[in-house]
Amino acid sequence: MDVTQGLQLLVLGIALGGIYALIALGYSMVYGVLRLINFAHGDLIMVGAFLGYFVAKSPMVEGLPLPMRFGLVFASAMLGCAVLGVLIERCAYRPLRQQPRLTVLITAIGVSLFLEYGGQIVFGATPRQDLPLWLTEQNPLMRLFTVQITDKHLLVLGGTFTLLALMRFLVLNTLFGKAMRAIAQDMTAAYLVGINVNRVIALTFALGSSLAAASGVMLAMSYPKIDPLMGLMPGVKAFVAAVLGGIGDLPGAVLGGFVLGLAETFVGYFASGLRDAVAFTVLILILLLKPTGLLGKGMVEKV
Amino acid sequence: MRSFAYLLTALLVTLTGCRKPEADVIKIGHFASMTGPTATFGQSTDKGIRLAMDEINRQGGVLGKKIVVITEDDAGKTEEAAAAVQKLITRDRVVAILGEVASSRSIVGGNICEARGIPMISPASTNPKVTRGKKWVFRICFTDDFQGLAMARFCYENLKAKRAAILKDRKNEYSVGLAEFFAKTFEQLGGQIVAHENYQEGDVDFKPQLAKIKAANPDVLFVPGYYTECGLILKQARRDLGMNLPIAGGDGWDSASLIQEIRGDLEGKGVYFGNHFSPYEKRPEVQEFVKKFKERYGELPDAMAALGYDAARILADAIKRAGSTELAKIRDAIEQTKDFPGVTGRITIDKNHNARKPLLVLQIKDGKTKVVATIPPMETTQPASFRGTSPLR
Repeated sequence: MDVTQGLQLLVLGIALGGIYALIALGYSMVYGVLRLINFAHGDLIMVGAFLGYFVAKSPMVEGLPLPMRFGLVFASAMLGCAVLGVLIERCAYRPLRQQPRLTVLITAIGVSLFLEYGGQIVFGATPRQDLPLWLTEQNPLMRLFTVQITDKHLLVLGGTFTLLALMRFLVLNTLFGKAMRAIAQDMTAAYLVGINVNRVIALTFALGSSLAAASGVMLAMSYPKIDPLMGLMPGVKAFVAAVLGGIGDLPGAVLGGFVLGLAETFVGYFASGLRDAVAFTVLILILLLKPTGLLGKGMVEKV
Repeated sequence: MRSFAYLLTALLVTLTGCRKPEADVIKIGHFASMTGPTATFGQSTDKGIRLAMDEINRQGGVLGKKIVVITEDDAGKTEEAAAAVQKLITRDRVVAILGEVASSRSIVGGNICEARGIPMISPASTNPKVTRGKKWVFRICFTDDFQGLAMARFCYENLKAKRAAILKDRKNEYSVGLAEFFAKTFEQLGGQIVAHENYQEGDVDFKPQLAKIKAANPDVLFVPGYYTECGLILKQARRDLGMNLPIAGGDGWDSASLIQEIRGDLEGKGVYFGNHFSPYEKRPEVQEFVKKFKERYGELPDAMAALGYDAARILADAIKRAGSTELAKIRDAIEQTKDFPGVTGRITIDKNHNARKPLLVLQIKDGKTKVVATIPPMETTQPASFRGTSPLR
């Protein structure tokens, strides 16, 4: 392997890592507040990708300038998924809020299966590969030796970091974020001081789900094939990325995503058969060596 | 007490109802991936089978009885294929089973049919292990040793390639087998395999593997996978890595959704795949089938539909020749199938329960296929590594 190839793999790894990072961000967001691993997150990605697909294929975007089309695709996918996320929280998680955490976890798996197989009924099982070219086309912006860097690479990276900054700001610098952190610390106490817990949790789900939708559209943009089961693998891998960075920690999730993307790409080059093993080996190693993740801080177990 | 008596009577009636063989219909089972990632395979095959059976029923059925097809979905999963076949045999009591396109699932279903003594015909599974050593399992398509050989010859002789790269799905029997037979023949012909990479069903990112293949500088890339991944592989090779070389595949590529997509820059220096059938073939049998299929479903049939159609007609023909629905007699009649005029060519079941048929090489251009070569059937010798050992994972 020479320098150019190493550089090319670096670019590919960062592009893949950016998508993992974005998905992991949504995982961490919900986990940070509720201590709930929302296994349906991967499937919200799928719903987001399908919403984006239908908007991109609909006649209403025709004739609009490119940035507006992208804006419309992202906005409608994110809005649609936010509504769906709130609905899921209202119907599946809220009635179980006083139940043991395991009950909610199992329900989350149930919601995930519901979306996957419901998706097969609504959208059909056949993968759709006919995404419009303007959405998926990789336009080379510059060239480093033989390595192409395209507009989509930049969009994914830019999107990831913008959303990370936005979420950080929201959690750390707003009243809403303060309420989120209060609920994360102690839900009952938050109630007592007059925080509308239901509303804050619903909004957290709306945020997490719109992040899922954004990553779904970006996933579809970079890998133009969408089907109802498409969220499964990226969802699991992003979960690993979130754990790797320290689940609940937003910059950690992004770091975990990039580490995983790079590791997968380089292993994929040298031993393509072992590629999927990387994510799970990483998960086992991090749980053995540093269970709180790369950036996670040790947490005192709540009594 | 009286209600209990009613209940008992009702129960007895249902039970005897189950036991009694239904005299007026002949039940055929079809297990297929009607949903799941390879749903096109199951749905197309089912359309072909139903078209054939309805035609036969309209002409009076077989042995004076109507044929009923019961389709059981396996969602494209190997585990569920076993459950589907069990259900068809024990619950529906079918007299024969048609099924599966994917070799991994046909092997599982075939093992059950073999143990229970139920005749089974696979319309489209090409891995040699599907019928090897089986008394009750047949297929009506060519096998991967021939398909691999034919594609290797096409790449070496027609495309004049000397250096080939392979990218295969390492969890899929079909893909692994085809890659092995391709590599063996290509090297025997004097070519060289310069890269041999893997992926897994469901992957969406193939760029690291493609980067390595690109660095090996091959003349042709052989991707013996299913249409579900091949579209993305093609796009990433052409658009992300700027690889312009000819890309070839096997019959797993045959899906309208993939073919329609391939046009413009995706064509590169050519996209080819080996297949059983092309709807653009001029033979009158083919054109008549295409016309009937289009009338009923409003779309062009793919190879899976054509093979499903042929498999159903061969089964009906065998039951007719057997003169009874006795399982052993149906089995013997399928074994004696000779020169059956199918839409995918003349079909003779050989002593290994396979069909020897020519392979068509199709080129995809502007979202359409065109026959560019026909490789006649020939003897193949199977590599030693494919004998014995259990195929199941």
